[in-house]
This record gives sequence, structure tokens and C-alpha cells, in this order.
Amino acid sequence: MFTGTRSEGHLATRARGFFARHPRLTRALELLVLPVEMVSKKAAFGCKMCGQCVLHETGMTCPMGCPKTLRNGPCGGVRMDGRCEVTPAMMCVWVKAERRSRWLPWRGAILRLQPALDWSREGTSAWVNELIRRPRKSLV
Amino acid sequence: MSRPPLRTGRFEDALASGRPVVTCEIGSGDSADPEDIRRRARLVRDHVDAVNVPDNTAGIVHLSAVAAAAILVQEGVDPILHVTCRDRNRLGLQGDLLGAAALGVRNVLCLTGDHPIHGDQPQARPVFDLDSIQLVALVALMSRQGRYMSGREIKPAPDLFPGATENPFAPPYDFRPLRLMKKIEAGARFVQTQIIFNVERFASFMERVRDLGIDRVAPVLAGVAPVRSAKAARYMRDHVPGLEVPEEIVRRMEQAGAERACREAEGIRICVEVIDRVREIPGVAGVHLMPIHWEEAVEAISEGARLRPAHAAGTAAVAAALRGAGGDGGALHDHREHSA
Repeated sequence: MFTGTRSEGHLATRARGFFARHPRLTRALELLVLPVEMVSKKAAFGCKMCGQCVLHETGMTCPMGCPKTLRNGPCGGVRMDGRCEVTPAMMCVWVKAERRSRWLPWRGAILRLQPALDWSREGTSAWVNELIRRPRKSLV
Repeated sequence: MSRPPLRTGRFEDALASGRPVVTCEIGSGDSADPEDIRRRARLVRDHVDAVNVPDNTAGIVHLSAVAAAAILVQEGVDPILHVTCRDRNRLGLQGDLLGAAALGVRNVLCLTGDHPIHGDQPQARPVFDLDSIQLVALVALMSRQGRYMSGREIKPAPDLFPGATENPFAPPYDFRPLRLMKKIEAGARFVQTQIIFNVERFASFMERVRDLGIDRVAPVLAGVAPVRSAKAARYMRDHVPGLEVPEEIVRRMEQAGAERACREAEGIRICVEVIDRVREIPGVAGVHLMPIHWEEAVEAISEGARLRPAHAAGTAAVAAALRGAGGDGGALHDHREHSA
């Protein structure tokens, strides 16, 4: 996850360890971060607060806006004009994601297999989860 | 830790044989009457290698797909069970996969599933706990590693053969082969596509599929369907998202007239033509018929396109080779050429 220098990685591990020993402190930090994250991401990306952000890997388009909450690509029901089969007024989030991802320097990220959602993290801060809480390993 | 003995199913054997494989989807039961399933199965079983059992097609309630697949096993058919992410969360899916394996159902086609909004009970809560790619990974995890999603061991591991679908006719077109690649990476071992009417678009899709090397890892079965009337063609064109029905097909069905025998013959003729064109495309390992509650058409299509299940072709070829003088296997080779 951290691709920086060795000392950076070390620091992050230590910080994680510290917060892991102090869950109350983590929670307090989350209460501070959550409103900022919620407002900014909702305004910019229509964030649904799944607590496990993959925006940067899906062309800066929130996949949770998909009525089927698909995180690995579009379903087979996308209309010929690129609109959603469930909500025809809306463009398919994956049509947008694929188009936008082409502009990103890390465009290959959209091909990464996204693990199953952890619904117990819904409503929590993705930033805190990413930086402080231990990443949860999903086998699928 | 002991690994389960390596087993294969008839469908997997047929795919491995290198001969063109034929599969067919049958309509789901609309009541608790097992005879309905048996009747449909008997109409198609001699023409195919495996029979697909849909899971609450189009979001409309039907007899449980696991139960229908188990009935097919009793009928001596190798079923391909459709599993969608629409109705069950990961607990339900894992339980059903184990149940299917326990009943002798081995082949599992992993799908996202149609949204209930298009079904007969749009009030239903859509689940979509996993997506189709994660479902493929789940089937692979359970059968290959013998583990539940929690990491707990399954003893013995269920014997499952995961497959995937792709729709070359829905945007974003460039992403479709890449999405299929994801499914292969997740562990899909065979592929069945959406119904093909626009062969040109399918051919360009297959070009990318070959570039990615997908066809060498997982055989691709091209989906085809007979259209029964001009009305059905127009309905598919206008009201089924993800289906591309070219104007020419609608026009041909209209020209066939309203008389049942004429329009049905034309529908079958179009289907046979699509099959003939599709199997010329490199990388296509066979066809997947979707007669949409018209199982009676399968025999005619099978004859028209000279389709032969790979399994039966193998048996016939071996018999012919044994009969042939010296048993040099010439007949076997000859047969393979002609059943393509």
C-alpha cells in the first residue's frame, strides 16, 4: 500500500500499531475526519460512505452509485447509448469510469480485481480505515 | 491436508476434447412440477453436451435453479447451474454452492443477475453482496483451495467447475474483453456469451479475446438464439437492455409473414446462419443455444447447423474407428472435420 521509502513505511506501521492499541483515539479521530470526508466526497463524487474507497482505481468515479454496487466492471445490461438499465436517466457509472480512467496516469488500476465489500465498514471513514485501521484481507 | 482426487465432468471432458461443444439453456420451471423440467430436458439432451439452468430469469420467480439442476442430473444430463448475485448474500451463495455440489451439480455459471426492477416483483430488495467476478473467485476458492470466504476449511472441498459470461454488445465495448480477462484471472474455466445477432461486433470482440489469450485458457461458447416472430425481434431490440438486434433481422422476420410455420422456419434459418458464421471465427469453441422457452426448435437448429455434441461425436467416432480396417483412427480424424 505504501510505496514510499523504507522509513516512511516503518513510520506508517508504527503509527498503525499505536492506533491499534488505542481504539478510542482512533474513534475520536474518525469523528473529526468523518464530516469533512463525507461532505467533500459527497459533493465531488456522490460518495455513498462504503468506508472502503476505490475511487482512484475506478477512474475517479464512485462505483457505489451503480444500482448493483458493482466494483469490478459494468453488468451486461448497459443500454446501447451507455445509460443504466435500472435508471435510464443516469449514465452507467462504469461507462464513465472507463472513459475517465484513460486520462489517469495509473489507468491500469481499473483492471485490478476488487475484493468483496466489507459491509461492516459502511458509514465509517475510508480515510481512517486506509491509513490507520488494519486492512482487512478478503479471500474473494 | 489431502487434496481431493482430480475429477472431471462430462462437460469439462467435452471442452477438453477440442471438438465443438454445444450447450443449451432451458426454460425454468414455473411451478413445483418436476415433469415440466424433465420434458424440456428430454427435448434437448440428445443434441447437447450440457444444459444450462437459469436462476430466476429476468428477475421473475421460478423454481429454484439448484433443484432444477438436480432433476437434470437424475435425467442423465450434465447441468450448468446459473448462480446470480441478485437474490443471495455471500452466506446464501456458499450454502447453495455446497448444496449443488452435494446433488451432483458441478458446472456453475457465475452471473451478476438482472435487477429485480425488470422482474414481476420490483419491490424486492436487490442484494448484490458480491459481483460476478467475486462470485467466480468464490467458486474457485471453495473448489480449489477448499475454503469458505471466512478462511475456514471445507472437508472435503466441493467439486465445482466455474464459468463466466460476457456481453460483447453492451458499452463500454473496449472494456468488455478486459472485464472477461478479470473473470479468467478470478478462476473462470469456460465462457458463454450473450446472444449474438451482430456477428461483426462479436468478431471484433473475439479478436481482442484472442489478443488477451483468453480463448486458450477458457473455451468460449458463442451464445445464439432463434427468434420466433417479428414481434419478439422488436421486443428484444427495444426492451431488452444489452441485446443488439440489427434491423435486418427484424425486417427478415417481418417479411416471413404472420403464419406460424413460416416465421418459425425463418427464425431457425437466421439462427443457423449465425451459427455458421460464428464458428468460422477463430477462438470460438462451440455454441450456446438460448431457445427462450422454445426447446422444440433445438432439434431443427441442431440439424440445420449440423451440430453434434462433442461427447456423442467422440463416442460415434471411436465406434467408427474401431469398425474401420486396421483401426488407424482415420475415421476419427475425418469425423472431427465434419462435425465442426
